[in-house]
Amino acid sequence: MHAAVITFPGSNCDRDLAVAFENAGAKVTRVWHKDTSLPDGIDIVGIPGGFSFGDYLRCGAIAANSPICQSVVDFANKGGYAVGICNGFQVLTETGLLPGALMRNAGLKFICKSVGLSVETTDSPYTAGYAQGQEITVPVAHHDGNYTADADVIARLNGDARVAFRYADNPNGSDEAIAGILSANKRVLGMMPHPERCVDEAHGGTDGTALFRSLVDQLVTA
Amino acid sequence: MKARVHVMLKTGVLDPQGEAVRHALGALGFEGVEGVRQGKVIELDLAEGTSKGTVEQMCEKLLANTVIERFDIEIG
Repeated sequence: MHAAVITFPGSNCDRDLAVAFENAGAKVTRVWHKDTSLPDGIDIVGIPGGFSFGDYLRCGAIAANSPICQSVVDFANKGGYAVGICNGFQVLTETGLLPGALMRNAGLKFICKSVGLSVETTDSPYTAGYAQGQEITVPVAHHDGNYTADADVIARLNGDARVAFRYADNPNGSDEAIAGILSANKRVLGMMPHPERCVDEAHGGTDGTALFRSLVDQLVTA
Repeated sequence: MKARVHVMLKTGVLDPQGEAVRHALGALGFEGVEGVRQGKVIELDLAEGTSKGTVEQMCEKLLANTVIERFDIEIG
C-alpha cells in the first residue's frame, strides 16, 4: 500500500501521519502543497493536522485551494481514498469532498486532551479493524472542531452509516457529537481526533493502530 | 476601484463568538443587548472595471464558506 502525505505551510502532524502509515506497513511519499500532481500509483492521500496557512481566512480554506488539493479532489472523484485528520478534515470540507463545516468550538476554547470515541460503523476500510460500537480513546487538539451541517445532511450521514466516529462526551458542540464522517463511497474519511497520535505505547495509547492497519490490509487486497 | 465584502454566519447557525461578546457586554453593564453576530469585512483593491460577478465568484470560491456563511458585496 502506497500513501501520499501532503505538507502545507503550517502542517504539524505530517510526519506523525507518515510514521503511522509506515508502521502499519505502508510505503509513504511526502508531497508538498505546491506540487501539482500526486505520485503515480498511490492508494491513498493523507491530509495532516496542523494550522495550514496559519488558519487565515478560515481553517483549511487556503489549503483547499492550493495546487495539490485540485489533484486530491480529482483523485477522490475518480474513487481514490483520502483521509483528513483535524486540519485535514477542515480542508476536506472546504474542498467539498465532505459535507458540512467545522466551526469554532462551542466553548470557544482550544481543546487538547484524550477523548472517548465510539466506532459508529465498521463498514469502511478505515473502521473495519474495530468492533461496532467499540469505545476507543484518541487525542483531540483543535479550536475549530464543532461539526455543523444542515438537517438533511445529518439525516443522510446517519441513514447511510457515514458517521464513522462519535464523541462519547461531546467536547466541542458538534452536531450529534459527530467526530468523523465518510464520503458516500466510504473512501474519504475526515475526523477531528488524531489516530496518528495513538499508535505507539510511548504515545500513551494505541487505539489508532487499528485504523491504519485495517487501511493497509484493505487497500492491499483491493 | 474598491469592493467591500461582508461575510456573516447564516441565520440559524449558532455563533459562539457572538454569544461570548454578548455576555461580555452584559458583564460590562450594557443592558438590553439581545443578540450579537460576529462576521468579517474583507476590502479588495481591484482593477477598474472588475465586475460584481467576478467578486461574487471570489466569494463563492474562497472568501465565504457558503455552507455556513452568507456574503454581501459593496462596490465603490
